[in-house]
Amino acid sequence: MLKFILLRVIQAIPVVLAVITVTFFLVRAAPGGPFDSEKAVLPEVKKALEAQYKLDEPLTDQYFGYLGDLADGDLGPSFKYPGRSVNEILASGLPVTAELGVYALCFALFIGVFAGVLAALRPNTQQDYVPMSLAMIGICMPSFLLGPLLILVFGIFLEWLPISGWGDLPGDKILPSVTLGSAYAAYIARLSRAGMLEILSQDYIRTARAKGASDPRVVFKHALRGGLIPVVAFLGPAFAGLLAGSFVVETIFQIPGLGRFYVQAAFNRDYTMILGTTVFLSVLIVAFNLISDVLAAWMDPRLRTQFGKAN
Amino acid sequence: MSLLNVKNLSVSFVTRNGTVEAVRSVSLDVKENALTAIIGESGSGKSVLCYALLGLIPTPPGRIDGGEAWFEGQDLLTLSQRDLRRVRGSQIGMVFQDPMTSLNPFLRIGEQLTEPLLLHTQLSKKQAKTRAIELLEEVGLQAPEQAMQAYPFEFSGGMRQRVMIAMALINEPKLLIADEPTTALDATIQAQILDLIKSLQTRRGIGVLFISHDLAVVAEIADEILVMEKGNAVESGNARAVIERPQHDYTKKLLASIPSGSPRSYAPKPQTLVSVEGLKTWFYPHASKNPIRAVDDVSLAIQRGEVLGLVGESGSGKSTLGRSLLKLVSTTAGQIQFDGIDLSTINALELKTLRRRMQMIFQDPYSSLNPRMTVFDTLAEPLVLHNLVNRSDLSRAVRTLMDDVGLAPGFAKKYPHEFSGGQRQRIAIGRAIATKPDFVVADEPVSALDVTIQAQILTLLGDLKEEYGITMLFVSHDLAVIRQISDRVAVMYNGKLEEIGPTKAVFEQPESAYTRRLLEAIPGQQAEFG
Repeated sequence: MLKFILLRVIQAIPVVLAVITVTFFLVRAAPGGPFDSEKAVLPEVKKALEAQYKLDEPLTDQYFGYLGDLADGDLGPSFKYPGRSVNEILASGLPVTAELGVYALCFALFIGVFAGVLAALRPNTQQDYVPMSLAMIGICMPSFLLGPLLILVFGIFLEWLPISGWGDLPGDKILPSVTLGSAYAAYIARLSRAGMLEILSQDYIRTARAKGASDPRVVFKHALRGGLIPVVAFLGPAFAGLLAGSFVVETIFQIPGLGRFYVQAAFNRDYTMILGTTVFLSVLIVAFNLISDVLAAWMDPRLRTQFGKAN
Repeated sequence: MSLLNVKNLSVSFVTRNGTVEAVRSVSLDVKENALTAIIGESGSGKSVLCYALLGLIPTPPGRIDGGEAWFEGQDLLTLSQRDLRRVRGSQIGMVFQDPMTSLNPFLRIGEQLTEPLLLHTQLSKKQAKTRAIELLEEVGLQAPEQAMQAYPFEFSGGMRQRVMIAMALINEPKLLIADEPTTALDATIQAQILDLIKSLQTRRGIGVLFISHDLAVVAEIADEILVMEKGNAVESGNARAVIERPQHDYTKKLLASIPSGSPRSYAPKPQTLVSVEGLKTWFYPHASKNPIRAVDDVSLAIQRGEVLGLVGESGSGKSTLGRSLLKLVSTTAGQIQFDGIDLSTINALELKTLRRRMQMIFQDPYSSLNPRMTVFDTLAEPLVLHNLVNRSDLSRAVRTLMDDVGLAPGFAKKYPHEFSGGQRQRIAIGRAIATKPDFVVADEPVSALDVTIQAQILTLLGDLKEEYGITMLFVSHDLAVIRQISDRVAVMYNGKLEEIGPTKAVFEQPESAYTRRLLEAIPGQQAEFG
C-alpha cells in the first residue's frame, strides 16, 4: 500500500513541474505586465519596480530562481499587493474556500447519493425520471445563473436566508454551498444511479434475496458499497474542481475566498500570484485524486490484495 | 410424501415486443427425501419456474398468470413478500449457477454465511459463527475458521459453490433448489459437487429440486425427472424410466445430443504442421515474485489435417498453450515452429502474414464479438485486412462464408445481440475461417452452449475441417466433447503435458494417474443411455 502511494507521489512530480513550467511561460507571454496601468508611470519608477521584483533578469534566470524559491516553500511576493506574500494571501483565502468546498461536497454527496439510489431502485419509473431530470437540469445550469436565482427566491421573495457574506449572518453559508454543490450533486446522482443499477443486477443480489433479506437490507448491506465505488473515485476530482471552480460563487456571494484572488491575479498580471495559486491547486488536485483512488481501492477487497495486503 | 406441489403454474414476461409465455401451465411434484430434476435447454423456462416460486422474478416485466404452489400447507404464490421472505433462506434454500458471481465480493464469507441465521433465528452472532463453521466442515471446506475470514475471490469456483451450498443449508431447509449448480465447474469439481448434493440430500432427508441442461449430470443423481421445452412440461416421471424409455421426441433429441464419445478413426498423417519444443509461458503477477508457470516445458507436434484435443481443468494452462502457439501471449522460453518457420525469429510484419494462416475461435460467443459491428462487417474485416478479396467481390465472399457456417443471408445486417449463443458461435467460426487458415485454435468453443446446439457446432467444425483441410487444436475441459472430435488427445495438468496419444488409446488405456482421475469424473457413466 505504502509502495503504491509512494509511486503515485513520484509520478505526480513531473506533472506538477510541467504545470509550473507551462504556466510560468504562458503568463509571461501574455501581453502586458504587472506594472502596466491606465495611469502613466514614470519609466524610471517602472524600471525600479521591475528591478525590485527581478523582472529585468533574463527569463530563464527568473524561471530557475522561482523554482529555487518554490523548493523552499516560498511562492514569492505579490506584485499587486505590495508587502504581502503569495503565501499569506493563500493562507487567508484557503480556509474560506476549503470550508465552502467541504459544505458543497457534503451537500452534493447527500443529495446525489440519495437521488441516485432512489432512481436505481425503480428504474424507468417516475421515481427514476424525476430525480434524473432534476440532475440533468443541475448539470446544465451554470452557477452564475443558479446563484442569482436562489438569491432571488430564498433571499428576496421568501426572505429566509441572507444573500451574501460568509460567517457574518446565521445561515449565510447555505446558499453559496448549495449553488456550488448542485452541479456535483447532479453528477454524483448519475454516477450512483449507474453504479447501483449495475450492482443490483448482479447475481449476488439475487442470492441475498434468496436468503430472505429485506429490500432495505439488500440495498444497504449488499449493494451500496459496491454501487458507490464510482462515486468515491469521483470525489477526488470533484473536490479539486470545487476548490478551483469556486470563484464564480465567491464573486456572486461576496466571499473572501481563494477563487476571487485567483481571477483578480489573472487580470492584474500578478505573475507570482497566478503561479502560486496554480501550483497550489495542482498539488491539491493530484493529492485528492490519489486519496480517492486509495479509498476506492480500499473499499473493494479484490483490489486491496493488489497492494500486497489481504484482509 | 409430497413436499412441494406445483399445479398449472404459468409465468409470462411482458415486454415492449409483446408477451412471452416463459412457463405454460406446468405441474410439478417434489417429494420429501428425493431429488427431482428439471431438464431443459436455456429458454425452456426451468429457471423462471423456480424463481417464480420464491418471488424472485422481477415484476414487472414478469407476471404470474396462474397456478398454485403448495409448500408446508401454504400456497407460495399467494404469500405476501413479507411472508415469502420468511420462507426464503429458512425453509427453502437456493444454490445458483455461477459461484463466481453469486457471492458478494465485498463481504467476508463468514458474514454472508451467518446472514440467513441472523435473519431467521434468534441465535447470537457467536452461535451463528459456530454453526457456520460446522457447516463449512460438513460441505468439505478445509480450514473453515480461516475461510470465515476470507473474501470470496480468494476461493476457487468449486470452493465457492461449497460455500453457497453451506449457505443454502444453514437453516436446515426442507427444500433445496439448485439452479445449474455445476454448469460453471470443471469435470472433476463437478463430480465432487454432485456427490456432495446427493449425499447431503440423503443424509438430511430433504427434497432437492435440481435444475440442469445436462442430462448426463442429472442421470447420475435424480430420482424424478421433469423435461421442459419452451415453457411446457413435455415429459415427467421416474428418472430411470425417462432415460431408458423416453416417450417425447424432445427427450429423445436431448438424449441423442449427449456427445456420443465414440472415438474417431485415427489415420496418422506424416506431415507436421505445428511443433513445440520445451515451451514455457510464465506470468509474473506484480504483487509476487514467483512466476505463475502456466505452460511449463511442453513439447508436442500437431500433424497436418488432424484435430488434437487438449484437455485439462481450468488453471491447467491449456488455454495459455493455445494462445502461445498463435503468439497471442509472449512466451518465456522454447521454440514454436509453424510449417517449418520458427515463430521466435520472425518480425511483426511476417507474423501478420502468418496470422492469415493461424486463427482462433474463443469460448464466449457473447463477449468475443464486437457488439457494434454487423455480421457482415465482422466477417468482412479479416478478408479486407489481409487483402484476400477486392471490394467488388467482398459481399459475395461474405455470403459464401455465411453459407459455409450455416447462417441465413438475411442475417448479414444484424448485430451480435440479436443472435442466440449458437448462432454467435457460428459467426465467430466464420470469422476464424474467413482467411482459409491452415491452423485453428478453438478454445472451449462449445462450453457455453446448450447440448443440442453443442452437437450442431461440433458437426459444423468437423465438416469445415474436412472441407478445408484445417488442422485444429481443440481446447476443452469436457472429455465427452474431446472424445467425439479429436484424432489425438493431449492431457494437461499444472502446466505440464501429462500424456498424449491417439484418442482411443488415451480413453481406454490412460497412462497417467491424473488422466484416469479425469475419466472417472465424467458424469453419466453409471447410467445407460438408450
